[in-house]
Amino acid sequence: MDHFLTLQEFMTFTKGITYILMVAALLSVVGFWRFLSGNDED
Amino acid sequence: MSENVTTAGKTIWTPFNIIAGGIVVIGLILTGLRFTQGLGAVTNLSDDNPWGLWIGFDLLVGVALAAGGYVTSAACYIFGMKRFHSAVRPAILTGFLGYATVVLALHYDVGRPWRLPYPFIMQRGTTSLLFEVAACVALYLTVLFIEFSPAVSEWLGLKRARNIATKLTLVLTIFGVILSTLHQSSLGALFLIAPSKLHPLWYSGYLPIYFFISSIIAGLSMVIFEGTLSHKFFHDKMDATHLAERDGVVLGFGKAASLVLAGYFIIKVIGISVDNNWHYLGTGFGLWFLVEIIGFVALPSFLYAVGVRDRNMTLIKATAAWTVLGVIVNRLNVCLVAFNYHLPSSERYLPHWMEIGTTIFLVTVLVIVFRFIVTKTPIFYEHPEYKDVH
Repeated sequence: MDHFLTLQEFMTFTKGITYILMVAALLSVVGFWRFLSGNDED
Repeated sequence: MSENVTTAGKTIWTPFNIIAGGIVVIGLILTGLRFTQGLGAVTNLSDDNPWGLWIGFDLLVGVALAAGGYVTSAACYIFGMKRFHSAVRPAILTGFLGYATVVLALHYDVGRPWRLPYPFIMQRGTTSLLFEVAACVALYLTVLFIEFSPAVSEWLGLKRARNIATKLTLVLTIFGVILSTLHQSSLGALFLIAPSKLHPLWYSGYLPIYFFISSIIAGLSMVIFEGTLSHKFFHDKMDATHLAERDGVVLGFGKAASLVLAGYFIIKVIGISVDNNWHYLGTGFGLWFLVEIIGFVALPSFLYAVGVRDRNMTLIKATAAWTVLGVIVNRLNVCLVAFNYHLPSSERYLPHWMEIGTTIFLVTVLVIVFRFIVTKTPIFYEHPEYKDVH
């Protein structure tokens, strides 16, 4: 477990991970939507 | 037309009737025991575990699985997706009976059930989440009753009542969505007050959002699941429109469920990240948490997507049943499994068989009433006097 001395350190670390995850998630959702709608009738 | 189906030659001693009848008899005995001997005689509830199976399953799961009503009517009347119209009445009926069963089940759990209307006359203040849940559930049950009333009015020939209720559809749908957003999320918010009691993997400041989003998932999946069962057992009650729109409902709801499940998976992971709870994933509870979010969230999201892509109705229907189970698992995890996780095994809660019996009794009553209503009223077909009048 990471050792955080201040709330600032905790927030910086967790926010950083969260931002990376969110960018990955948003990109994944685009790919997932294309997969989901792949065979839709237009 | 379904009303021409004859019952001549049919016996009431069908396997379902016999089993259901036995369950009802046992349930009535348990009900008598509960209300004459008290909670201690039929439950394993205690000061440490005041909320057990009746709250965890009957209330939390019941309210979540009854969410199909607001989801379907919102899709049809607010988002204008008229191709789902045939699914509205069955979904509203499921929702109405679901919420009615929830309120009935609540009577078993509260100490003084005759005081159930008290939240409206004396309560702990409007900042109480339980007050808000009580108010919203009571109001939403009323909304569902009015939304369901046209079917009964058509059956009884009450044209004026039917027309008045039908004119209110859009208003009721909007009100229903508002109320559902409120109480679905508030049921999750009830656990915010106990951060030390709920395991960190399930506890989050986002609990209200988790419960609301998973209620949408539950509603979408229950419409498919209930439709699957209805098609199996009430196929002869369904008209051509209902049968023709069926695949469209399954595909459309399956696609929506896939997306919402994907979004739910993402926000669950974000919740872990925001609280930096990654290290809990390596524990026993962590393994169970991974089973829940991978096996019952990520997997059904993917299976729904594959089913929609390949137009595989069987896969979508099976995934819907699995997802319903996943919502049940989630609600029971929050209320029972991950709650009081730090207590020793000797003090953990396990439901008494009488609690399980009562729950099975209530679900059986719901199914019996559902069967009665769909065989008598125009749920799966349009009444000939009101065809295309919506």
